[in-house]
Amino acid sequence: MNRTILVGMAALALGAGAQAQKSAADGIAEYRRMLEDGNPAELFEAKGEELWKQPRGPKGASLERCDLGLGPGVVKGAFVTLPRHFADTARVQDLESRLLTCMEVLQGLNAAGIASTPFGRGEQNNLTALATWIAAQSRGMKFELPQAHPEERKSYEIGKRAFFFRGGSHDFSCASCHGEEGKRIRMQELPNLTKNPGDGVGFAAWPAYRVSNGQMWSMQLRLNDCFRQQRFPYPGFGSEATIALGTYMGVNAKGAQSIAPAIKR
Amino acid sequence: MHKILLTSCTAAAAAALAAGCASTPAPAELDALARQVMKSSFRDEGIAKIDRLDQDLGQAACSSDQPPAPALAQQIETQALATLKWPAGGQYFGDWREGEKLAQSGRGMTWSDASAAPKDNGGNCYNCHQIDQAEISFGTIGPSLWHYGRTRGVKSLADPAAAPIVQYTWGKLWNSKAYAACSNMPRFGHKQLLDETQIRHLMSLLLDPASPVNQ
Repeated sequence: MNRTILVGMAALALGAGAQAQKSAADGIAEYRRMLEDGNPAELFEAKGEELWKQPRGPKGASLERCDLGLGPGVVKGAFVTLPRHFADTARVQDLESRLLTCMEVLQGLNAAGIASTPFGRGEQNNLTALATWIAAQSRGMKFELPQAHPEERKSYEIGKRAFFFRGGSHDFSCASCHGEEGKRIRMQELPNLTKNPGDGVGFAAWPAYRVSNGQMWSMQLRLNDCFRQQRFPYPGFGSEATIALGTYMGVNAKGAQSIAPAIKR
Repeated sequence: MHKILLTSCTAAAAAALAAGCASTPAPAELDALARQVMKSSFRDEGIAKIDRLDQDLGQAACSSDQPPAPALAQQIETQALATLKWPAGGQYFGDWREGEKLAQSGRGMTWSDASAAPKDNGGNCYNCHQIDQAEISFGTIGPSLWHYGRTRGVKSLADPAAAPIVQYTWGKLWNSKAYAACSNMPRFGHKQLLDETQIRHLMSLLLDPASPVNQ
């Protein structure tokens, strides 16, 4: 697989000059095709599946009884319904915050400790792998977040307000980049996240493997880095604003087919 | 607050939409809730402190999918206009070469940047604008600035006829909201993202007939 990637990257580098005017989306689609036999996300999927089934933590339990919204242990189809409201925690949770609950309740791991662990370290890596595998189990399915519970509708409304919230040194909001069709930052095309941006775009693509830095990025990390570039302060992992943004983007993406885990530049 | 909710529910019921009303808070309550959620969801990290979420009049008014009412937009623009600081000694220009470097740099003010000093910040210009046509990696959130001075008839920087566009451009760079309340463009001078010398360089990049932008 590594060889495939290297050959693909070399080809891309050679083609870069001549095809510079080509749309960034075409380039990325081509890139994806070159890599589709070997998306490194597969390694994280495999690790995630193993972590799901493996007895771990002080309680020596697996996550196989974890309820992701469709009942204990039901993984297929869960990803395209999150964030949603959970009666046991009495709050709306996204995939990662829900996994934290399961890790704490079933396995006895310290959810707050994991939430404050920097991305890419310790249990955060396990969390990302779990999210990658769980997302992969809904590949090809369409987003259909429930909005029946009042807390789910409230989450959407708060998410919408968070999306348009301007602040920071540069006056940016999520909407500064993701509120209109057909815009770019440099060569990077930006999905309009105020509506369904299409199959496998935006919310329907993350977690994703990022070729540029060789990292697997969960949705929480995607949002975190958006806020960094937005010049905002640091969003808490699994904080209410990040979950509400997930609800807003997920509900807007209704009907969009999930390709997660995707591969990105 | 409950009383307000009930009142708005009655109004909604009158509009024959009672079903969702019992459980979904009124818009004003959601606005307040969202502000609380924003405050409680973020923390200081490096130079990016939580006070970056304290919105001024314009930030608050431009935080929805609807533009502010015309009178409010006018008020924001008037306030912004009053913040414009004109360059010392009437010196509007620097070196377009330095301007190009600043335009290329997207650095500054994130929690991973060590310093908030203007000297450590870039202008982020190419992130959103086409400027020199030779640079093909440009964003499209803002308008193209290729031939900026040329299409505006700037033949010489000293030409008195160029004064209005020179002043407007300085003002736009200093505080973009003086001309459009909800402009997507950062307020480079007003928010101390760039200093006067840096803005002079950007002025030259855009307006100097010798700049590659105007060839």
